[in-house]
Amino acid sequence: MTDTALSSPRSLSPFAGLMSGTAGPVVVVVLAIIAIWYLGAIALNAAFQQDTYERAGRTDVPLVEFIGDTLAQERPKLPAPHQVAVELWKTTVEKKITSKRSLIHHSTITLSTTLLGFFIGTSLGILLAVGIVHSGVLEKSLMPWVISSQTIPVLAIAPMIIVVLGNSGITGLLPKALISTYLSFFPVTVGMVKGLRSPEVIHMDLMHTYSASRFQTFWKLRLPYALPYLFTSMKIGMAASLVGAIIGELPTGAVAGLGARLLAGSYYGQTIQIWSALFMAAFLAGSLVALIGLTEKLTLKRMGLSR
Amino acid sequence: MLTAAEIEDGLDDAMKEEAKRVIDIDKLSLTFQTNDGPVHALSEIDLKIDQGDFVSFIGPSGCGKTTLLRVIADLEQPTAGSITVNGVSPEEARLKRAYGYVFQAAALYPWRTIAKNVALPLEIMGLSRAEQQQRIARNMELVNLAGFEQKFPWQLSGGMQQRASIARALAVEPDLLLMDEPFGALDEIVRDHLNVQLLELWAKTNKTVVFVTHSIPEAVFLSTKIVVLCPRPGRIYDVIESDLPRQRDLDIRESPEFLKIAHRVRDGLRAGHSYED
Repeated sequence: MTDTALSSPRSLSPFAGLMSGTAGPVVVVVLAIIAIWYLGAIALNAAFQQDTYERAGRTDVPLVEFIGDTLAQERPKLPAPHQVAVELWKTTVEKKITSKRSLIHHSTITLSTTLLGFFIGTSLGILLAVGIVHSGVLEKSLMPWVISSQTIPVLAIAPMIIVVLGNSGITGLLPKALISTYLSFFPVTVGMVKGLRSPEVIHMDLMHTYSASRFQTFWKLRLPYALPYLFTSMKIGMAASLVGAIIGELPTGAVAGLGARLLAGSYYGQTIQIWSALFMAAFLAGSLVALIGLTEKLTLKRMGLSR
Repeated sequence: MLTAAEIEDGLDDAMKEEAKRVIDIDKLSLTFQTNDGPVHALSEIDLKIDQGDFVSFIGPSGCGKTTLLRVIADLEQPTAGSITVNGVSPEEARLKRAYGYVFQAAALYPWRTIAKNVALPLEIMGLSRAEQQQRIARNMELVNLAGFEQKFPWQLSGGMQQRASIARALAVEPDLLLMDEPFGALDEIVRDHLNVQLLELWAKTNKTVVFVTHSIPEAVFLSTKIVVLCPRPGRIYDVIESDLPRQRDLDIRESPEFLKIAHRVRDGLRAGHSYED
């Protein structure tokens, strides 16, 4: 009785089938974004298109042709989605990886910087958190620096790191990776401090009744408790690390990497190149975060923490 | 009343001279310093517990029964008086792993299977794998949880989780078992069942049990000695030596002897509790 009463008005709605699963809403949102993007591209590129027509002496251009032309400019203010897609296709699939114009080539460079920086940052973050949780002195002396480090704009400090390290003879991957480290250790430190302190009082009391050593308490109680926090912090840290890697590529003279593509693109007004590099960066960050998410799922499942 | 308890205590001492003294508490006080001034959690506690006793602390909330248990376990420090556990300070006793502690909640580690949870104290003690396996099997059997070794805590009912936590406390193989309202969160039927199991266990192992509860039937059913505490300041109001036989079943709760003791506990709780404030 109740079932039919509840389901009959729902089936009257034309969107009932579309909105019932998760795929429907996701598709609707994507389509909406693409539609808004196209409208934005037409609006932003219209002025330049009109100028072009005037210079060419054309006055009565049909609307369809006008719209088509705004979406096919060589250096549009806002490239249309299909222009970015074509550029992505050309620079990934059609170019050889060894080519300087291959986006894969540049992504690999940014990726290795990101991963190295992320690895150092995560290790540093965990180390700091362990120290802070176990020693009041360390907490008082380290925590203010940890926090104030993040109040400095990374764009300001990045060139200085590159220059200082460059003068000490350290060049290549490491200086860029250290900027990633600079951004990614913070969420890990904060998350791990919170995580390592999250065991309930009753669990800590239990370890006390067993006369467990601090190391045993850490290894058998605090660390497992902190793991879900670690994974969450690592996701944030990974995204921050990629941003750091791109910023680190800017002051090095923009030789290689996604940051270099962004910078070169803005020098020469190659907006399509900028947007395709941005999309590549977003795709990279998304994949890396998803990879951590997968590791998290598998680990927590093995630990019996997710059902 | 206090003098009567003292005389009783003295008689008891004389009668059980051969029994080993496990806990000896003398004029023990504990005052917490809070922002609202000092809180006298425990005041002038005198209590002696012998090997094989089953002692219940009963009283309203705030009477210090849990605090007293935590002092025995070296989870709280007294501010005055003295206490020995197995003849040494609570800290030394704790370091020698003289007791097993069962908390109000099962406090199982969610990422460990039941067997792994029972193994936790054994890992910390550094026992060999073979010894660990033996103790896990033996104690899981003892609390009727054999066959649930590989389950995770969330797969078990509340009563089973609490039994697992008892197995974990027993795995240390202590002579002294400290239990803080272990069945407080469980329903009446499960609680009755676990009470019977606990008595069987106690009879089998001849351990000393100190048990905190606020249920009168539970205290009378389980105990050889019932300590009635009252609040503000937390102090002992009455100590009742039970004359019920050590072998008991649930039917004993209908007997006049049982009701007589329950009545005395109730009187003590009523008199010690000042309803004015």
